[in-house]
Amino acid sequence: MKEFFKYFADIFTGVRSLLIGMSVTGKYFFSPGQIVTQQYPENRKTLKMYDRFKGEVIMPHDENNHHRCTGCAICELNCPNGSIEVISARIDGPDGKKVRIIDQHIYHLGMCTFCSLCVKTCPENALAFGQEFEHAVFDRTVLTKILNQPGSSILKEIA
Amino acid sequence: MKEVIHTPVPLVEEEEYHINMGPQHPSTHGVLRLVVTLQGEIVKSLKPHCGYIHRGIEKMCEKDTYPQIIHLTDRIDYLSAHINNHAVCLLVEKALEIEVPERVKYVRTIMDELARIQSHQLWWASFGMDLGGLTCFFYGLRDREKILDIWEETTGARFLQSYYTPGGLLWDIHPNFQKDVKAFIKYFRKKIRDYDNILSGNVIFRERSRNIGLMSKEDAISWGVTGPSGRGSGWSCDVRKHHPYALYDKVDFKEILYTEGDTLARYLVRMDEMRESMNIIEQLIDNIPEGDFTAKMKAVIKLPAGEYYQRVESARGDLGLYCISDGNKTPYRMKFRTPSFSNLSVLDHISRDLKIADLVAIGGSLDLVIPDIDR
Repeated sequence: MKEFFKYFADIFTGVRSLLIGMSVTGKYFFSPGQIVTQQYPENRKTLKMYDRFKGEVIMPHDENNHHRCTGCAICELNCPNGSIEVISARIDGPDGKKVRIIDQHIYHLGMCTFCSLCVKTCPENALAFGQEFEHAVFDRTVLTKILNQPGSSILKEIA
Repeated sequence: MKEVIHTPVPLVEEEEYHINMGPQHPSTHGVLRLVVTLQGEIVKSLKPHCGYIHRGIEKMCEKDTYPQIIHLTDRIDYLSAHINNHAVCLLVEKALEIEVPERVKYVRTIMDELARIQSHQLWWASFGMDLGGLTCFFYGLRDREKILDIWEETTGARFLQSYYTPGGLLWDIHPNFQKDVKAFIKYFRKKIRDYDNILSGNVIFRERSRNIGLMSKEDAISWGVTGPSGRGSGWSCDVRKHHPYALYDKVDFKEILYTEGDTLARYLVRMDEMRESMNIIEQLIDNIPEGDFTAKMKAVIKLPAGEYYQRVESARGDLGLYCISDGNKTPYRMKFRTPSFSNLSVLDHISRDLKIADLVAIGGSLDLVIPDIDR
């Protein structure tokens, strides 16, 4: 007899638990204001990443095409997987001495793990993180970037 | 001399057969291959084959300096990336005898607990999906997104943050951090009731998880099953309680223990741990002291020659870091005692003579992260 009642009690509690669960899903079904989905490709114009978002490593240039990189290669030393290559050159400075300038600051985006050691350790704050995140390309050679813009030179106060 | 008779032991008994579960099975949550010996649909034994996602992280550590190792430990157990980073930082700080500022300890503890919550949320989501409730997956990921947004604002990354550095933090916390975390706690306290209503009380879930995959306390100790899986068997193994680091000796929290040792107990431990983590965060979030976000460190970190060991409680259990230094800027040898590897080893023992559908539930309840197994 006890078994008999337990059988029906189990059915009752089981159905009740299912209804409790369905009341939760039903609540969301009838309140579309709680939808959190972002319509991604459509909202590209308004989509803003957080300021610190690590999209890619960039070298900020000012309006006169000056950057802050001295070519000391500390970023290259700190990079754990060789994503950065700094090719520097030596030219004659204004006072006749040889001065090191940066020739090419090569950045392999495809190898970068975004550990932020380059940005963190740069003594002149020449590197920063960019907000761009749409990095899908058809050809991986595109992912190798030269960060210093053509014709750019170092800011006078640093040199 | 007695003659040794070799009786050939058949690999497979009669009416038994092998089946490969994985490496691409959705319920193994990664590339784990389980060779299951079945009789009908009853699991007779089970052999895990590891190594599909082996990246040689321990070897890579030997060529990297200590700050560079941080970003590798993110990738061991990606769901508790902050906690893994914490282990390396604590190891270096212990070896160099550096006292980090109070602010760093507060932020690290909060971040660790956020990592634990989001790891358990994703586990809840995928565990529900393994047992046939797709709704769980969407709800779990929806709430986890809130934590990822908080992290993205402060650390710059959603998943693999590399936020801790030896001696402190990469950057100071974002001005919105405290406000956002408090808003999240308020939000999640409401939502976790939905979790209970949908899955914890559900009759189908209860019947599929109660008395399935029984693991006694002795089993848990002898197989080294730590973390929520071990605590579900009544083994008090919380590193935060027994070997406190950061601020865990100052905050007031309970170690969640269940004695049943079945899949349901392991599930309930994690649900309660999420609430307990929220309690820890609430105690700390208003009291973050002002100060530096990093201690004064040398540009090149060299550990004194010797052996070091550091344990932390990651979301899956006891993460141990063993390091031999010969005085250089790179470690001589680095060994990770990862919790998922030990937790996997008990799977054969507790899933014997059960149905293959129960194996999915047991595997889910152990909360395995495959890169954590293979490293």
